[in-house]
Amino acid sequence: MNAQVQFRDLTLGYERHPAVHHLDGSISRGALLAVVGPNGAGKSTLFKGIVGVLTPFAGGIDLCGLRTRDIAYLPQAAEIDRSFPINVYDMVAMGLWRQAGLFGGIGRKERDKVEAAVAAVGLTGFEERPIASLSGGQMQRVLFARLLLQDASLIVLDEPFNAIDAKTAADLIELVRRWHAEKRTVLAALHDFDLVRTNFPEVLLLAREPVAWGKAADVLTPENLLKARRMCEAFDDHAGECRVDAA
Amino acid sequence: MYDILIAPFVDYEFLRRALVGVLALALGAGPVGVFLMLRRMSLMGDAMAHAILPGAAIGFLFAGLNLFAMTAGGLIAGFVVALLAGLVARATEIKEDASLAAFFLISLAVGVTIVSMRGTNIDLLHFLFGSVLALDDQTLLLIAVIASFSLVVLAVIWRPLVLECVDPGFLRSVSRAGAPVHVAFLALVVMNLVGAFHALGTLLAVGLMMVPAAVGRFWARDVTAMIVIAVGTGIFSGITGLLLSYHTAVPAGPAVILVAGVLYAGSVLFGRVGGLAQRLLPTRHLEA
Repeated sequence: MNAQVQFRDLTLGYERHPAVHHLDGSISRGALLAVVGPNGAGKSTLFKGIVGVLTPFAGGIDLCGLRTRDIAYLPQAAEIDRSFPINVYDMVAMGLWRQAGLFGGIGRKERDKVEAAVAAVGLTGFEERPIASLSGGQMQRVLFARLLLQDASLIVLDEPFNAIDAKTAADLIELVRRWHAEKRTVLAALHDFDLVRTNFPEVLLLAREPVAWGKAADVLTPENLLKARRMCEAFDDHAGECRVDAA
Repeated sequence: MYDILIAPFVDYEFLRRALVGVLALALGAGPVGVFLMLRRMSLMGDAMAHAILPGAAIGFLFAGLNLFAMTAGGLIAGFVVALLAGLVARATEIKEDASLAAFFLISLAVGVTIVSMRGTNIDLLHFLFGSVLALDDQTLLLIAVIASFSLVVLAVIWRPLVLECVDPGFLRSVSRAGAPVHVAFLALVVMNLVGAFHALGTLLAVGLMMVPAAVGRFWARDVTAMIVIAVGTGIFSGITGLLLSYHTAVPAGPAVILVAGVLYAGSVLFGRVGGLAQRLLPTRHLEA
């Protein structure tokens, strides 16, 4: 298996405090990986590192030739101005940025793509609705439609199913499966272990440091989960400097 | 009718010049104002308009009422404050609105002081309220060039600008255009304010930018329609305001903004999108 993302002794964090500490490992091309762990385990931080929003304190991330534009990223708290006067169609069409860019025309072919993406998330008929009028679940569907259009080789989803009802989550997980079938690499931070067990072949359990990484059944054991929780609670405001680098 | 609406412009050249000036301002500043409003930066426009004053005043100090010196000074001061305000907000704990409030009060004080050092009260009035009825060729040309330039630049940066307003995180993830587009937009704001400064003065320069934009917000649900309404409002206010000023004793600059203000008040009351009447009047809810 050739790798898509490689972590080399990766440390990421905020204000000198590490949130992801000395992570090694690699994600193979076409993997469908769930990243799980308690709140504060560093899941979002890791994703921010991968998409390039955060610069590592130490170590590095090798994206194996991927450019920023080949990555589609759905942040946990998207900074979307929901009151902005824009409709569902235009919001989804933003996913075509890679093809259309600043001036590229949106022709018949592109309009078909947008309509197909809107249909794929079950929002046909909502095209003209302003995003301000959408429910939380509908908004998430819009964002998934946009991800569909981005046609990215690496798709990073940060807690995509939070505060979303079961039907919406089930519909959206179908899209994740479809991406997996298309050999795209998909990473998702999740809290619902049942969902992880049924849909994700590979799991990384993170608690600032990696606790376990492998098949879902091997990773999601009570011992591992307990260990992860303990590690996350051990946060020290007055921590000394980490000496691993010097050693 | 002809005597009231058309004759003043036919008979007096200074009114025709004023008309051309306010029309150009409405065209350039309207769209910029809509984006400022949508980015919740309405008051930033006000603050920047004041920030222009000390720059223009320094130009005045060195060269008198010289268009080039005052424009250059205003542009430089505007850019500096725009960048500083952004930096202060990013680098310190203070919120952007607080830092801007501090900035514009200081700028206003500095500007008025500088003008008073060299000029008369007439000059001061010119700085504060502009002289829309005394626009010379050069100034008109400047305002027209700024309006044309604004429209062209807006057309070029339209997509990333909209994207930066709705979903800046997404724009960052697909393109590096975010920062340059933001700077280009701030440049447009400053340029339009400097143009408006010559006609309407530092206190009213934002008038043709923000009031029409606020009117647009009450009547449209998409950006394009908002801009069309804002520009229309600006144009209507310009024409009506000049006529009002001609037929009554109201000074021209304030008259233009007053008309826009009346349209705004009407929109607050009767606006189709979130106006008061629409909220307060009992309507039956729909079936689905």
